[in-house]
Amino acid sequence: MLEVRNLHASVNGNEILHGINLKVNAGEIHAIMGPNGSGKSTFAGVLAGRDAYEVTEGQVLYQGKDLLDMQPEERAREGVFLAFQYPVEIPGVTNTYFLKAGLNAIRKHRGLELLDAVDFLALVKDKMKLVEMDQSLLNRPVNEGFSGGEKKRNEIFQMAVLEPKLSILDETDSGLDIDALRIVADGVNKLRSKENATIIVTHYQRLLNYIVPDFVHVLVDGKIVKSGGKELALLLEERGYDWVREETEAVA
Amino acid sequence: MATENNDIEVLTNKEYKYGFITDIEMDIAPPGLNEDVIRLISKKKNEPDWLLEWRLKAYRHWLTMEEPKWHNVQYPPIDYQAASYYAAPKQKKQLSSLDEVDPELLKTYEKLGISLDEQKRLTGVAVDAVFDSVSVATTFKKTLGEMGIIFCSFSEAVHNHPELVKKYLGSVVPYTDNFFASLNSAVFSDGSFCFIPKGVRCPMELSTYFRINAAETGQFERTLIVAEEGAYVSYLEGCTAPMRDTNQLHAAVVELVALDNAQIKYSTVQNWYPGDKEGKGGIYNFVTKRGKAMTNAKISWTQVETGSAITWKYPSCILQGDNSVGEFYSVAVTNHYQQADTGTKMIHIGKNTKSTIVSKGISGGFGQNSYRGLVKIAKGATGSRNFSQCDSLLLGDKCGAHTFPYIEVKNTSSKVEHEASTSKIGEDQIFYCKQRGLSGEDAVNMIVNGFCKEVFRELPMEFAVEAQKLLGVSLEGSVG
Repeated sequence: MLEVRNLHASVNGNEILHGINLKVNAGEIHAIMGPNGSGKSTFAGVLAGRDAYEVTEGQVLYQGKDLLDMQPEERAREGVFLAFQYPVEIPGVTNTYFLKAGLNAIRKHRGLELLDAVDFLALVKDKMKLVEMDQSLLNRPVNEGFSGGEKKRNEIFQMAVLEPKLSILDETDSGLDIDALRIVADGVNKLRSKENATIIVTHYQRLLNYIVPDFVHVLVDGKIVKSGGKELALLLEERGYDWVREETEAVA
Repeated sequence: MATENNDIEVLTNKEYKYGFITDIEMDIAPPGLNEDVIRLISKKKNEPDWLLEWRLKAYRHWLTMEEPKWHNVQYPPIDYQAASYYAAPKQKKQLSSLDEVDPELLKTYEKLGISLDEQKRLTGVAVDAVFDSVSVATTFKKTLGEMGIIFCSFSEAVHNHPELVKKYLGSVVPYTDNFFASLNSAVFSDGSFCFIPKGVRCPMELSTYFRINAAETGQFERTLIVAEEGAYVSYLEGCTAPMRDTNQLHAAVVELVALDNAQIKYSTVQNWYPGDKEGKGGIYNFVTKRGKAMTNAKISWTQVETGSAITWKYPSCILQGDNSVGEFYSVAVTNHYQQADTGTKMIHIGKNTKSTIVSKGISGGFGQNSYRGLVKIAKGATGSRNFSQCDSLLLGDKCGAHTFPYIEVKNTSSKVEHEASTSKIGEDQIFYCKQRGLSGEDAVNMIVNGFCKEVFRELPMEFAVEAQKLLGVSLEGSVG
């Protein structure tokens, strides 16, 4: 589904990603772990098409197409979803209105019929249960006045409604208490299928207790230095990131 | 940043849709202003002597006045002798029904999306259409008449209801009020008149549609709305003009009188031609709007100002009676080289009077947007309250937002609150919307729409739709 080849990217002329290689197949969950400042969020941002990042080298193929050649909205319509680390507030625009506009833009792109208010509401009611969202959040302006946990839950709720093929969760666990973490993780697990794939970007291992990844990659200084199965995450939690770094340096 | 600017450009560069010119035979006065021209206007309209006298007094007073300079807008000096002060579609006789209206004119209004056809009752809006300076048609007159409501052109009111016009004309905005109001008093040619008798709730929205067509003319219409004790009316005003290279002057006066327990809701969508991208042409819009509220009465102004090269208007409320309420909700957009200096005056005179001001300024391109407001609480206006909120949204880095609030409080039992904010449309917000599948243009629309929501929800439904379309914004769905 996704193939990243030798991806280099910079912000304001400083190279942050120094050649990332990654292959994600449908049905898989990949975790990208790494210390602060290793380039995790940059990687997520580059995949979603954030303006601030400049790709200087490399290639990203998504369903056989050149992802980097697409505008951010095209990527979204093609099924790439980013759950934001810091979800953005849009005053005066209700959550449902925002989401209906997004969903219909995606449906239009895919040649599907646009949903009217009634059908949309039925869909939303169904999806709300997945993340135990309170109905009152639907009619409030997008993320405005939401607690940290509500914002993150809202991201997963949007993901449930938009039904992406490739979801990228950027530090979705940060700022969540244990209960909220469990709810969010349950939501992600329920959305898992053979047709879609998920990339989880995280600093801590704890989210991976709830969402079990097929692969774990360790990102250090803009490069994936180690890949393995779910047990790698536990090792990282126990021993920290330094040993990976030392190991890499020893090899080099 | 590059794409963000691009999105905003697409939105802010929308072409003016209403810029066509209607080819119609016109009756135009020669350019220039003097007592003879005023006599000519008055004669053309077959006016009674008292009105001519009133016009002449206004003109003589105007001669002693100077154009105001305190506003934060810049324009070359206006040559008041170069404009023509009367332009009317030529018509041979008094019209008795819509069938007799020049089909070219009806076509014009059709193009503008305004139905003058009384058969189209579904719209439920009574319309008075003013073309250049003359009212061409008023719909639903009969239905309204049965309830004692008078809704007609100003000229008709002068002939058919002189006692009402004489009583209220100039009672809120006297002919000495300000430079542009005095000019209007001297040369106004038509406008709308509306009278709601005691205890009557007007069952439909009353609407006036103003259109400037002729070149080199000014438009000076005058609107007078009187709501007697306990009456209610909601009134809408819309405006467009053709695209022309030269600037055209529009100096209107609107007077509202709300007697005890009456309520007047006045909504404007102003979309005069704003000039082109280089700032050439466009309407100079210098307007005086004021309402007087007696005991327990309420006056609400809602305006969406997207057009005009220059907007200079301060719809105001004189809260004369105890417990009277004044409201002002405004969205003002300035793009390209548009300039707006707009706001309100809330004059609290009665006890326990209340006023609310919500102003949203949006600037793009090289637009300059100023909010100017006065909240004045007189000594006797004990226990009065005001709340003001002025928010500005910047869509680029070459535009400007300014706020000039004036507050005068003469007693210690009143309370005045003022909040203000200025923000730039966020790159993060646009990216967030795009990541959910929205185009950049839709994203900007949605964010601007959300910013204006508090004002839009004050507009009657039909107008809310038009206002949002005007901003290139789709209506917030009925979901939720």
